[in-house]
Amino acid sequence: MDRRDFLKNLGLLVSSGGIVGGLSAEAWALIINKDYDTSKHNYGMGIDVDKCIGCGRCMQACKTENDVPDEPFFFRTWVERYVIKNDKSVSVKTIGMGPEESADLIVEKDILRSFFVPKLCNQCDHPPCVQVCPVGATFKTADGVILMDTKRCVGCRYCIQACPYGARYLHPVTHVADKCTFCYHRLVKGLLPACVEVCPKQARVFGDMKSIASPLGRFTRMNKTHVLKAGMNTDPKVYYANLDGEVN
Amino acid sequence: MELIHSLSELSKQVVGFIYPNEIEIQWSILIVVYPYITGLVAGAFILASLVKVFNVKELQPTYRLAMLTALAFMLIAPLPLQLHLGQPLRSYEMFLTPNPTSAMAMFGFVYLWYLMVVLLLEIWFEYRRDMIVWSNEATGLRKWILKGLSLFSTDISEKAVAFDKKTVKVVTIIGIPSAFLLHGYVGFIFGSIKANPWWSSVMMPVVFLFSAIVSGIAMVMLLYMIVIPLKGAKIDMKCLDKVASFLFYAVIVDFAIEALDFIHRLYQSEESIKILSQLVSTKLFMSLVVLQVLLGMLIPLSIMVVIKVFRLQEELRRLLYFVTGVLIQLGIFSVRWNVVIGGQLFSKSFRGLTTYKMEMTGIEGFLVALALLIIPFIILSVLIKFLPPWKKEELVGN
Amino acid sequence: MGNFLKKLPEQAVRIIVLFIALAVVLFVVRQFILPPSLKDPVLQKASATEREAAKEIKYGGAQICTGCHEKVHDVKAKGYHRDLTCESCHGAAQKHTENPTEIKPSIPKKRDYCGYCHTYNSSRPTGFPQINPDTHNPRKPCITCHNPHNPAPPKAPGSCSACHAQIERTKAASYHALVACTVCHTTPEKHKTSPRTVIPSKPDKREFCGKCHDKSSSSSKGLPKVDMETHGEKYVCWQCHYPHMLGGL
Repeated sequence: MDRRDFLKNLGLLVSSGGIVGGLSAEAWALIINKDYDTSKHNYGMGIDVDKCIGCGRCMQACKTENDVPDEPFFFRTWVERYVIKNDKSVSVKTIGMGPEESADLIVEKDILRSFFVPKLCNQCDHPPCVQVCPVGATFKTADGVILMDTKRCVGCRYCIQACPYGARYLHPVTHVADKCTFCYHRLVKGLLPACVEVCPKQARVFGDMKSIASPLGRFTRMNKTHVLKAGMNTDPKVYYANLDGEVN
Repeated sequence: MELIHSLSELSKQVVGFIYPNEIEIQWSILIVVYPYITGLVAGAFILASLVKVFNVKELQPTYRLAMLTALAFMLIAPLPLQLHLGQPLRSYEMFLTPNPTSAMAMFGFVYLWYLMVVLLLEIWFEYRRDMIVWSNEATGLRKWILKGLSLFSTDISEKAVAFDKKTVKVVTIIGIPSAFLLHGYVGFIFGSIKANPWWSSVMMPVVFLFSAIVSGIAMVMLLYMIVIPLKGAKIDMKCLDKVASFLFYAVIVDFAIEALDFIHRLYQSEESIKILSQLVSTKLFMSLVVLQVLLGMLIPLSIMVVIKVFRLQEELRRLLYFVTGVLIQLGIFSVRWNVVIGGQLFSKSFRGLTTYKMEMTGIEGFLVALALLIIPFIILSVLIKFLPPWKKEELVGN
Repeated sequence: MGNFLKKLPEQAVRIIVLFIALAVVLFVVRQFILPPSLKDPVLQKASATEREAAKEIKYGGAQICTGCHEKVHDVKAKGYHRDLTCESCHGAAQKHTENPTEIKPSIPKKRDYCGYCHTYNSSRPTGFPQINPDTHNPRKPCITCHNPHNPAPPKAPGSCSACHAQIERTKAASYHALVACTVCHTTPEKHKTSPRTVIPSKPDKREFCGKCHDKSSSSSKGLPKVDMETHGEKYVCWQCHYPHMLGGL
């Protein structure tokens, strides 16, 4: 390849990357649906740890809505149960989705603090998974959601390794990576993600940070919020209120 | 489904807490085999470069063998990656629309560069004159293959051969940083994952590179000791001693770097130190403490010190070199295992450990990995037959 | 330039020609033969976003049921389950709205479904009503006594443990096991039916604990007593002593 062609190709590569990043709102809107303008939204989620009762309805709803395999090895969202004892030992487990959780052997008088923490893809603003994907099959949309192009993913699993939160998994049937998309197909129609929809205690709060009035706005005003693994510089968009320091 | 069944079995062996999606080990034995193979490529090439760039005359008998070894392993290198992909038929996408921020995307281009512009080019210029001579002597299919391989070139004048030698030197000079890039980038792929504290380290590309050099030199040394007697010739002890010397220096540097990484981790004592200590003392004890450090590093190092200090008999030296070479291969393979598998055995929550159950059959199983390790030797034997590394005079002269 | 080319040996020329030919072929294939969908990242991302947006909706949302099921909605709006969406218990209902006669959402009638939320679990936040399924009317379907759309129990709970079981069980293993909750927390009867608006009291002075634990108090001789004037004088008692788990921290 001579120099001119090389430069031309390089120019094309760089400019197409630039276009993706700065694609105009009009163009995106035409692409998805005429009433939905991606540049007018920026989605995030708030989770109040003190409200979660660990019922697992969110886990079930997510699996139903997004055709996630039923087995307990693949989750787009899950809930962890923390029990911190008086001797400062911490035991954590992921709650099951069956009603068998009743008889646990934890003796109440040993408990210092105990709570449930829902987890999911944090839809980071500075996502390490997007950075490492060799083919660009995972990407950030203009409305702040990290999506997967399941037709292009080659299943190299680099993104799964790069996610600090364990939010990704390899789908056992399609053999491509999968993760929570904030139920993007619901968002573009003005609906809430399935997990937010069914939560009995409204422990999950969903919002559009570009909207003048959204539940997330109030959430981030009235609560001191935390994010998971802040030191990783991923800028997560899932904000936790009343998050215990033992949660990582 | 089989996968579900094996995952249920695995979940019973989890110690502590892992994120639920972490139960499946994503990068399997194939991803252990891959850096081992590219490491051999880079290391063999570095040994070859010692001859052409640094003019270490004693190593001349190993030059062509090292180049052919590098080529044989280079041809197999993409296979473990292809077999491991969830959707291998889409792998062409990495060439068409690579994501410029991804280190892995650069692999295809680095590999192509190294294969085409370094390895094949250098081997072509090195062998061109001989290929023309052999094609004139040969008959039938072999004649035409040789003619084709030499691109129907005919000039074997002194001037042309001098040009070939000069080109080989230039290509080798370009090749040294290219070899560093080829294998260093594998270390970078691991070292740049901030989510994983076992991998995330500035030292990772350096550790990978030096362990590659160690394994490559040791492999060529082993092959030299096996192939020469098979050809009925005598081993050039000056050459072998020199190879072993360079191996010794490389092992010292590699050991120093790995020891530095270890001491640094312990001293810094970051958040992950607890789970990583638990990892090393339980799940990785055999493969790290015993195989990698003791058998793969300390014992070979001691053997080589003994050889340097005491004047040992030729036969004993040969035996010890052989043992050292084998131990080093085991050691460097376990380095790859401990990095790749070890990094996935602990949870990113730092609260638990899981297990890797390597399956025997299946596309990512032990048998496939073994085959991938054996095939390069078969390719090498074909290459040696077709492009003999030594002239008859060289073999007899010793 | 011409001189240089003339000076190049023929083997070098052959190699260079080979490489150039390869490069040209690759270039031509990539630029002219391959379709845009294979090589344009912008198109690929747009197409992926479209496909994602077009996925099937399973959960209809909180508003879709009221159109046909107004009566039930009105009942629910008054009770403790008013903040619970219908689909939380009845499952995904979008398909039902499209074909109401043939596709019906599930109706959980067995005990185990209510247990997802209401079976006692020590990690649930305090104030959430929970039962022990082995002792609370075992084997009887919950809906026998509790209308799921307005689940107020037939009788107001007798003891605090209905919603504060974790505290009750913690206290039961402490020195205050035999001290009833109401000894320290004055609880109006209405708290049982309006738990968030009518709130029991909490002691706010050291003297409260002193009533039993001051050395001059007339309580039983077996109780630990201290001189309230000097013991921990800056702090209120519960700053150091967790009243529900005395003998703990």
